[in-house]
Amino acid sequence: MLLENSADKHGGISVFDLNLLLSSITIDSLIQPFSFDFMLQAFAVVLVISLPMALLSCYIVLKGWSLMGDAIAHAVLPGIVLAYMLAIPLSIGAFAAGLCCAMTTGFIKENSRLREDTIMGIVFSGMFAIGIILFHQSNTDLHLTHLLLGDVLGIKTEDLIETGLLSIFVLAILLVRGRDLMLFIFDPQQAQVTGISVKFWHYGIQILLALTIVAALQAVGMILSVALLIIPGACALLVTKQFSKMKIIASAIAMSCSFFGVYLSFYLDSAPAATIVLLMAAVFCVLFSFKLYAERQLVRRKIKKKHSVEELPYASNP
Amino acid sequence: MKNRQQSALDNSQNIGISVDNLSVVYKNGHQAIRNISFDIPVGSITALVGINGSGKSTLFKAIMGFVPCYQGSVSLLGLSVKQALKSHQVAYVPQSEDVDWNFPVLVEDVVMMGRFGHMNFLRIPKSADHQAVDLALSRVNMQSFKHRQIGELSGGQRKRVFLARALAQQSQIILLDEPFTGVDVTTEEHIIRLLKDLASEGKVILVSTHNLGSVPEFCDHAILINKELLAYGKTSKVFTTQNLQKAFGGVLRRFVLSAENLHDDVDSRAVTVITDDERPVVLYGEKGSEKLIESQRYQSNTPVSSKNTATIQE
Repeated sequence: MLLENSADKHGGISVFDLNLLLSSITIDSLIQPFSFDFMLQAFAVVLVISLPMALLSCYIVLKGWSLMGDAIAHAVLPGIVLAYMLAIPLSIGAFAAGLCCAMTTGFIKENSRLREDTIMGIVFSGMFAIGIILFHQSNTDLHLTHLLLGDVLGIKTEDLIETGLLSIFVLAILLVRGRDLMLFIFDPQQAQVTGISVKFWHYGIQILLALTIVAALQAVGMILSVALLIIPGACALLVTKQFSKMKIIASAIAMSCSFFGVYLSFYLDSAPAATIVLLMAAVFCVLFSFKLYAERQLVRRKIKKKHSVEELPYASNP
Repeated sequence: MKNRQQSALDNSQNIGISVDNLSVVYKNGHQAIRNISFDIPVGSITALVGINGSGKSTLFKAIMGFVPCYQGSVSLLGLSVKQALKSHQVAYVPQSEDVDWNFPVLVEDVVMMGRFGHMNFLRIPKSADHQAVDLALSRVNMQSFKHRQIGELSGGQRKRVFLARALAQQSQIILLDEPFTGVDVTTEEHIIRLLKDLASEGKVILVSTHNLGSVPEFCDHAILINKELLAYGKTSKVFTTQNLQKAFGGVLRRFVLSAENLHDDVDSRAVTVITDDERPVVLYGEKGSEKLIESQRYQSNTPVSSKNTATIQE
C-alpha cells in the first residue's frame, strides 16, 4: 500500500527513494537510544557491572554458593534503610549488612547441626523482614521498587563512578588472585598445602559478593543482581569444560545480554533490569536445549556406528 | 619410649614426619586422637591403618595443619607444620570422594595446581612449570589424557592425575588418602611401583588405607591407630594377629576357619586371613586341586579360641 501510494505521488524513482527512506529510518531509530544521556549512562552502568558479576558468578556457581548471593542481596535492605536514617552513604550500610548476613550464617553453621542453605534461608529472610519493617517505619523518599529492581535509567554520575570503582576493585582482585580462589574452591586441602589461606578466601569470597551486590544495587537492584550472579556462570558451565573458557563465555553472555537488554527495553518500554535477566534466561534455555540436542545426536551416532561396524562386511560389499 | 628417643637421636637428620604426644580435640569437644607419637624416617613408605572413625583423617589433617594440635606437636623434616607448608614440602593426594569431578578443569590444569607454590603471586606458569607438569604426567603414564576433563577419566586414571599433581609439586613429604579405593589392579601395581621409586628417591610417604592385604607388599613401616596409637614400627613387626585384632576386633564381622576344614592330619599350622573388605574366598589344597574352604561366621566379640584356628576377620 505504502509503495503504491508513494509511486502514485513521485512516479518511478520513488522506489529508490523509499529504499533510502526505509534505511534512513532504520539507522536513525537504531541509534536513537544512544542520543539520550540517561540511556548512555544506563548502558555504561550495566556494562561496567556485568563484567565483574559474570566473572564472580563462575566462582560462585562452582562453589555451590548461588544461594549465598541471593542471601546477601536480600540482607542488604536493613543496611540501606539504616544508612539512610543515619545519613551515611547507602553503599556502606548495604555492605555492612551483607557482611553481617555472611558472618552470622558462618557462625550459626559452625555452632549447630543445621545445613548451610537452611541457615541462609533463616538469616536472609529475617534480615529482609527487618529491612521491610524499618522501611515502613521511616518516612524515606527511597523507593522500595528501586531498591528491589534497580533504577538503571535514573543513574546519577556519582553512582556511576561508585559502581565503576567497586567493579574495578573486584575485577582487579579476581584478575590477580583468581587462580588462588579457583584452587580454594576446587580443592581447599590442596590450597592449604600450597600455603593459600582457606579462612581468608572463605570470607574473601563473601566480601567480594557483598561488594559486587552493592555495586549492582543502583543498576539492577537486589533481586535481579542475584540473576546476574548466577545465570552467566551457569550458562558457561553448560558449554565448556575449561575454567578459562568458562570465564570468557560468562563475560560475553553477561555483557551482551546487558547491552541488548537495555537496548531492547527502550523499544519495548520494559524495565531494563528485567529485560536483561529475561535475555540471560533465554540464552540459558537456548544453550540448554542445544546441549540436550547435541548429546542425543552423539548417542544416536554412537549407536549407529556400532551397528554399521557390525554390518560392515555385508553393507560395504557391492 | 626410650628406644624411640634413642633412635631419634641417632638419625635426627633422617626423620621425615615426627609426631610427639599429639592430641586433637574438635570444637564440639570430641577427642579424635590422643597421645599419639611416632617418627617416620625419610625414604620410607608408611601405612596408616585403622577402622573408620579411628582418627586416620584427623591425623592427616593435623599433619597438614588443618586442625590445631590440642596437645603435643607435629614436625615435618625438622620444621614446624607452618614452615613446611610455606616451603611447599607437603603434597597431598585426596580421597576420590573429596573431589568434585564435574569441575571444569582439564588434567593438565589439575597437575598445574601442584606448581602454584613454585610460581609468583600472579600464578602465571613458566616453562619450568610446564616441563614439571609434563614430566609428572609421563611418570604416571597419563600424557595422552592431558586435555581431558577430569570427570571423563576412570577411577584409576583419576587417582593417577592427583598423584601427578603431587609429583609436580616436588615436595619431600607425600600424603595419600585411600589411594586404592576404586582403582583397578593394574593401576594399583603402577602406583605401588611409583611409590617405591619415590621412597628410594628419599621422599617421605604416608598412606592411609584400609586395604590391609597390600600393606606388607609395599609399606616398610606401619602405624595402627584407634584414637590412640596401637602399634608403630616395621610392618613385619606391626602386622601380627594380635595387633590387627586390637585394631579391628570387636567392630567388624569375623569369620573363623576351623583347623578341621583345613587339613585331615594333625598339622597344627594355621592360616590367618585378615581383611575388612567383603568376605573373602579362601582356597586351600595342593596346587591345581584347591578346594573352597567354608568359613564360619563368628560374633564380633567372640575371642579367637585357639592357635589352631585360622581366623578371617571381616
